[in-house]
Amino acid sequence: MGILEVKNVNKSFSGLKALQNVNLSVEEGKIHAIIGPNGAGKSTLLNCFIGKLLPDSGTVTFDGQSLLGIPPHKINQTGVSRVFQTPEIFTDLSVIDNVMIPCFARRDGSFSLHAVKRVEDEAEVRDKAEQMLVDVNMADKRDMTASSLSRGDKRRLEMAMCLAQDPKLLLLDEPTAGMARADTNNTIELLADIQSKRHITMAVIEHDMHVVFSLAQKISVLAQGTVIVEDLPENIKGNPKVQEAYLGGAH
Amino acid sequence: MFSETRKNDHLLLLLFAIVTLAGPILLAPLGAGYPDLLQRFCIFGIFAIGFNILFGLTGYLSFGHAAFLGVGSYSAVWMFKLLTMNVIPALILAVLIAGLFSLLIGYISLRRSGIYFSILTLAFAQMSFSLAYSVLTPITNGETGLQLSLKDPRILDATNTSGSLPSTNLFGLTMNSTAKVDFLGMTLQFNIGFYFCAIMLIIAFYISMRIFRSPFGLMLRAIKTNQTRLNYTGINTRPYTLAAFVISGMYAGLAGGLMACTDPLAGAERMQWTASGEVVLMTILGGAGTLLGPVLGAGFIKYFENIFSKINDNVLHNTFAFLPDGLEDFVVSILHVFVGKGWHLTLGVLFMMVVIFLPGGLIEGANRILSWLRTRGKAGDNTAESKETTTTKTAVNPAE
Repeated sequence: MGILEVKNVNKSFSGLKALQNVNLSVEEGKIHAIIGPNGAGKSTLLNCFIGKLLPDSGTVTFDGQSLLGIPPHKINQTGVSRVFQTPEIFTDLSVIDNVMIPCFARRDGSFSLHAVKRVEDEAEVRDKAEQMLVDVNMADKRDMTASSLSRGDKRRLEMAMCLAQDPKLLLLDEPTAGMARADTNNTIELLADIQSKRHITMAVIEHDMHVVFSLAQKISVLAQGTVIVEDLPENIKGNPKVQEAYLGGAH
Repeated sequence: MFSETRKNDHLLLLLFAIVTLAGPILLAPLGAGYPDLLQRFCIFGIFAIGFNILFGLTGYLSFGHAAFLGVGSYSAVWMFKLLTMNVIPALILAVLIAGLFSLLIGYISLRRSGIYFSILTLAFAQMSFSLAYSVLTPITNGETGLQLSLKDPRILDATNTSGSLPSTNLFGLTMNSTAKVDFLGMTLQFNIGFYFCAIMLIIAFYISMRIFRSPFGLMLRAIKTNQTRLNYTGINTRPYTLAAFVISGMYAGLAGGLMACTDPLAGAERMQWTASGEVVLMTILGGAGTLLGPVLGAGFIKYFENIFSKINDNVLHNTFAFLPDGLEDFVVSILHVFVGKGWHLTLGVLFMMVVIFLPGGLIEGANRILSWLRTRGKAGDNTAESKETTTTKTAVNPAE
């Protein structure tokens, strides 16, 4: 039994079948990569995990609890965090404030009226946020406005924001897209480090095979809305079905 | 006093308090040293500070805040009629009723965001305005407006035997009583009503400052920046926006109550959409999302309203008497449309200029002048250093 169980999930958009009988099982503490050609339904699948989309049929359970029909903030409070393809950060706020918000969310739950203490006097939350910035090598950018960061830094900031919540499951949507080689390698190191130290379960969507094969302990290949193979990385490369899907031999 | 950083909050508050309390002296040379106008500065300052907590922090633009102002006024006047002429119970009721009213309107309106939210609040305010004019006449006294009368019970006050209407007071201190003092050849008036309003303004400013600096304020700012991320960070944004809406509604109620305290009557026109629009103008003109901006904007608009609307053709003719006759008439006929009843045209032009050239409002203008002065001051000693200060200045501005 995986920590995230996806069973027979179907989703169609005005007749177009985006997901067909998708089955997926993400094991606790592992990095699970979801790969597949463009339009295979990878992002749609991820959207079904965080309450952004509701599948037409099927079940998605996390830690034994169904995630379907629950508002996004409640799903997040159960321990699911997501890094988006285009970084979703608080662009008008400083880097440290960006990380403090998820720390507050972790401590206080979905709503609390903390209007008396000043933000910087909340020592416990502030220290945690500072530590998070050190972990992602961004301590020197603490006081910059998030909008002025480079694209790679925005991604790292978003990752820091997700990690600050101590998630049980981290969903990453193309965490290295548009990154320079050096940044990509840094991200791989960072993710591998987090996984070995904190044992956070991760589901990663990725196009870059270098990233996939350096990180993944299990790979699911999605093509035309359905999982065609789920196997260990070493068995994926030589699999004829995978090659067919990528080279467009299907139909 | 315009550089708003977290460290000098206490200094900012102190300066704000001093400037507010010394208002009659400081503004006397500008022709604004009289209590009636000063009270209006304070009252609209409170209204704009409250509005800024909603609009400046969360970005939700309400076009119906005058409804809460009106509700506050009506509640206060009813307290004067039924209970006592003391202003404290009246203000408490005004804030509470406005709070309840904004809870109801906010709960429904906040189901939508953006333009739909604005339209919903506008619709509610116009509904309140129409109701106050027609169906609710027993409570609001319709077109005439709610006024005091000699027959009112006022159960806590001693029986009125003077035959004239009682005036509002603060534990015996009559609101419109004035102490006159001669100062540098000018007669200054120390008005109880003004000082009461001024203290309320300082308290309102202090509370808003605490909200700005608190985790709650940080969440409100985050809502303005990226509501999606906040949802996927485990935060339910609705209670936050509703809390901000109710707090700003209570500020409006306090402002409405104070209006009734300084002049105990309440009319439906206080709830009209133009009044709601005015507070939007004040906040944007001063600088939405800044601490001082809304107060500055409120003072600015009320001051110029006062100045420009008093100018008539005679004043213009006197001012331009030095010009040749034909030219004088020409200049006066052009300026005529900008003054007196046409002062809104001046306001419109000013507002457009601010929005186009200073999107951050008067506060941004002040900040630009300050940083320009600093850069220029340092340019002589060390060019590189001054460059560094300007870049850090643009990078961090936590107060905004």
